[in-house]
Amino acid sequence: MLRYATRRILLMIPTLIGSTFLVFLLVFLVPGDPVLALAGDKRLSESSIRAIREQYNLDDPFLVQYFKWLGNVLHGDFGFDFNNNSVTDLIASAFPYTMALALSAFCLKLVIGVLIGVWAGLREGRAPDKFNLFFTIFFLAVPGFIIAYLAQYVFGIKLHWLPISGVRQGFPIAFVMPAMVLALETASPLARLTRTSLVDVMRADFIVTAHAKGASPGRVVWRHALRNAFLPVVTYLGLSLASLLGGSVLIETIFNLPGLGGTLSDAITLQQGPVVVGVSVFLLLFFLLSSLIVDLLYPLIDPRVRHA
Amino acid sequence: MSQNLLEVRGLSVQFRSAEGHLTAIDDLSLTIGHGEALAVLGESGSGKSVTAKAIMGILPHPAARITSGQVLLEGEDLLTLSPRRLRTVRGEKMAMVFQDALTSLNPVVPVGAQIAEMYRIHRGDNRREAQAKAVEMMRAVRIPDAKNRAKDYPFQFSGGMRQRVMIAMALALDPQLLIADEPTTALDVTVQAQILDLLQELRTERGMALMLITHDLGVAGQVADEALVMYAGSAVERAPMTELMQRPAHPYTLGLLSSVPGPEHRAKDLPTIPGLPPQLSNRPKGCSFHPRCSFATDLCRETKPAVVAGLPGREVACHHWKEVARHDDATALA
Repeated sequence: MLRYATRRILLMIPTLIGSTFLVFLLVFLVPGDPVLALAGDKRLSESSIRAIREQYNLDDPFLVQYFKWLGNVLHGDFGFDFNNNSVTDLIASAFPYTMALALSAFCLKLVIGVLIGVWAGLREGRAPDKFNLFFTIFFLAVPGFIIAYLAQYVFGIKLHWLPISGVRQGFPIAFVMPAMVLALETASPLARLTRTSLVDVMRADFIVTAHAKGASPGRVVWRHALRNAFLPVVTYLGLSLASLLGGSVLIETIFNLPGLGGTLSDAITLQQGPVVVGVSVFLLLFFLLSSLIVDLLYPLIDPRVRHA
Repeated sequence: MSQNLLEVRGLSVQFRSAEGHLTAIDDLSLTIGHGEALAVLGESGSGKSVTAKAIMGILPHPAARITSGQVLLEGEDLLTLSPRRLRTVRGEKMAMVFQDALTSLNPVVPVGAQIAEMYRIHRGDNRREAQAKAVEMMRAVRIPDAKNRAKDYPFQFSGGMRQRVMIAMALALDPQLLIADEPTTALDVTVQAQILDLLQELRTERGMALMLITHDLGVAGQVADEALVMYAGSAVERAPMTELMQRPAHPYTLGLLSSVPGPEHRAKDLPTIPGLPPQLSNRPKGCSFHPRCSFATDLCRETKPAVVAGLPGREVACHHWKEVARHDDATALA
């Protein structure tokens, strides 16, 4: 177990370096001069251009820029954008909104996806299973923003139940609609996975054994089937928490939430390289961290991994 | 009250499939007396396992359906019991051991807890009492270091030890009938012998009846008092084990016996039964075995043979059993 954990943690180092390198490279390769973009129609003097390029190490070769930046990140410093705002501060102010949205969406999605998946899995080929199929295909096929606009129209404009956008009403009211939309949009793969996994497990030999032991149908499901069926689901959930953070970009924009998604899309439009890199890498770190936690928790629920 | 522990009467089981309803078991009857060991013999697909599952009431639902018959355990028809009552019977009065203990045990539950579950479900014992009894049961099936091993998971056991766990689980509540479906097929020969010995010992100790499903005549001969030979979902012959081995009355039994390799056989000399068992969707008219039978006549192609009391204390479903039984002697087997 200790060896497993150590190996898993050590494996993060190359992943971290490789992925940050890629993000940094992509932003470096974006065409256009960020300093000129920053100036807009105004004319900058030669000396101020040079000063700005100096400050952001823009004249250094790519690798030097990367390692200078990486060194700073390791000290918790994501640098400054071209308006001299600390990227770390930007992230710190936007992150709570994104986190609130992602976590509420995660919980909703967990409930919706697992309930539908289990219900369908236990009634394979019957009405609940068909409902599951319809539900998942519908929400996979219809783009999230259409659901979002529809929800805004129905619950915001027509029924006045929930605010249409913005965070003036704070948590949880302002987050109900965006979280619900995000949850519905991402519950489909979870419902599918849960359903398939449970159907497989219900066909396993040890389920026949459980029946042969005289266990009640409820006990067979609770004690024998679900525990096994949830093994792949747990892995998927860990990864999906992190991807909810990234996936919320569109939803944050639609519902006008000042989270990381909005920050990131603004930064891309304005060619704010340091912000793009900073936010992307922050999301990346979060992703790696949550998958690390899942991988470390997994042995606790699967003895075969624990004792391997 | 019948004197037999188990009586299966006219049992038929159908499976739903793309080709329509397939009859897996056709009008099967069998009996097992208290403490008796019956071997159910036959090739793969002959309906041995389906019979066992039908008796236990664990046929896949809704794919399989029992279309007719009775399964009487101590005179009580299991097919008419309420699900709740049937669950009590499973485990308390009859239990089953499966072929592949690795897949038949829950991979994420320690074996001790899986055995203990029997006491928790049926006796309402608390965790600690049940666990203590489970360890006791593991000792009874001679698992060394039972107390510590109870905490281990199925994948941490060897094949033989895993099968002992299965047996411990099945015998936990001292059932009167144990159904063992190919319990030693997945094991190597030495371990196989140990498990058979163990089953035999436990059976004598507890006065338990055993229904041993196997395709292995050697295994059957080692354990069983009586033998039932199945072919294509029907019983074709029933006889005391030794008599069956010495003097088969059904051509299929004769074929099975002749295809057991002995020291005198080199691989190429080993006689086999020509052809393949019929597909359920395409059962031959008349006697199911006639296309593969050297005794077959026009009668066999037209009329399904009834089960008749042939030799004393035996039953056979063959028009020509007299000929077969006469035909058979030591030379026929060589």
